[in-house]
Amino acid sequence: MNSEDVAGDPPVSYGTGSLSTGAQIAGSFGSTGRGPRLLSGGGRRAVVVSTASTLVVLAALVLIFWLAPGSAAVRHTFFDPADMWQSFIGDPKKGYYSVGAAIWLNIRMFLAAEVLILALALAIALVRMSTSPVMFPFRVLAMVYVDFFRGVPLLLVVFAIGLGVPALRLPFVSAQSAAIYGVAALVLSYSAYVSEVYRAGLNSVHRSQVAAARSLGLSNGTALRYVILPQAVRNIVPPLLNDFISLQKDTALVAVLGAIEANEAAQIYSATVFNFSSFTVAAILFLILTIPLARFTDRLIERDRRRRLAGVGP
Amino acid sequence: MRPGLEAGQAAGSDAIGIEGLHKSFGPNEVLRGIDLAVAAHEVICLIGASGSGKSTLLRCINLLEPISSGRICLLGQDVTVPGVDANLVRRQVGIVFQSFNLFPHMTVLRNVTLAPVKALRMPRADADALATELLERFGLADKRNEYPDRLSGGQQQRVAIVRALAMQPQIMLLDEVTSALDPELVAEVLDVIRELAAGGMTMLIATHEMGFARDVANRVCFLEEGTIIEAAPPAELFSDPKDERTRRFLRRIVEAGRM
Repeated sequence: MNSEDVAGDPPVSYGTGSLSTGAQIAGSFGSTGRGPRLLSGGGRRAVVVSTASTLVVLAALVLIFWLAPGSAAVRHTFFDPADMWQSFIGDPKKGYYSVGAAIWLNIRMFLAAEVLILALALAIALVRMSTSPVMFPFRVLAMVYVDFFRGVPLLLVVFAIGLGVPALRLPFVSAQSAAIYGVAALVLSYSAYVSEVYRAGLNSVHRSQVAAARSLGLSNGTALRYVILPQAVRNIVPPLLNDFISLQKDTALVAVLGAIEANEAAQIYSATVFNFSSFTVAAILFLILTIPLARFTDRLIERDRRRRLAGVGP
Repeated sequence: MRPGLEAGQAAGSDAIGIEGLHKSFGPNEVLRGIDLAVAAHEVICLIGASGSGKSTLLRCINLLEPISSGRICLLGQDVTVPGVDANLVRRQVGIVFQSFNLFPHMTVLRNVTLAPVKALRMPRADADALATELLERFGLADKRNEYPDRLSGGQQQRVAIVRALAMQPQIMLLDEVTSALDPELVAEVLDVIRELAAGGMTMLIATHEMGFARDVANRVCFLEEGTIIEAAPPAELFSDPKDERTRRFLRRIVEAGRM
């Protein structure tokens, strides 16, 4: 390890080997605000070092990609600008759909699923945390539900709902679109995970808060809604949004039911034209969706922290 | 229709009447037959070592803990019979805890107005006015828009008292409200309680502050192992305790320099 360790003890290498020294990498993290310790190496020097380090790493990666023996073939198959544009705008006459338009279905499925998951997962968490003896069978049911849907791969749930429910030939229920069954499968599966996140959040609120609320004559429901839940949700925003970022991507699994969402549109393009650049387009579109949500999460957390430290009213 | 507490029923009877109260946590019997009558406007201090049952007694009176056996009458009504609406009872009996327990996600003003607005259905403007008046009375008017974690312990505890008072309770239960405070912050909280006592509030106070108990209490009860060993006016209990166990406890307090 090199001697000019700007970030202080202990010297940490972020493992990029010979591309850059450990000190440079540590300095570069200093300017991205990872914490007070790493920031202390800061100032203009840190900005210069981090910029240089970033450029070196990027240049190295691009170089490796470009000089690889199969580089030309990969660039043609995955990154062909003409194919990327064609798959993005689509051409029904040639038999393929627009990936750019199909992503709207992913967004709609995501939004619908998110709302339903938030509601269903909360209900499951509250049932699991209830103490009344009357609720005992429901507690067992909720536990079985969570164990089941956390244990079964999402893809299998999508298949089971998307192919099984129509096969039942029930009126109305069996006559929905693939996207609806997809959303149902996502909701069933994700609610199991999210209910556990809720439960952890509710448990993280100290019992004395319940006592304080109840001692003021607030009913159980009012105490839950105004005292316990807001604190619980505040604690679980990061893991919750983490699950939703994951949910955004998993809307692509509904492709197996034939819903024309981004992944399926890309698949159809590649099968028609024999070029995979359409998948690159889909990947970029998913990134455009998920990255803002990730940054938004960071901002929410930061705003909440700052507001409470500053003590300014809402 | 579930019976609550009617103010009219209080006339002519004790504010708090406790008979043969037992409370166990599993095999551990914490209260072993408490009998206590508190008249309206009376201030009672409960003293005794940690674990003697003071806090549990207060929590039982507020119905935060189900009792094992016995009877608790508040304002002339038995609140331990089945079918009593605990929420209605708690609106008349305020309790303040050792650890403040303010709601950290709400401003001071919202902490105080939450229960009046949600439990009493008081219009927000009225609740705000009531809260502002109470906060002013206890020197906290400038803190109304602060979040609790910006306040000192003494300020937080005063807000917690104001929050309980905003429900306009007839009885206040104070559970070692100064025990979690730095010594220099104790006085401001005790002053608030003195003012409440002067205003005629019926209070049951668990405390380790013997000097304060001597000042403010009409009667002091010494608890040990879940029973009231001795109850007397402070002048009598502190200077001429009858029971050997009371004498031993007070001797230890004096030796610790706490009196």
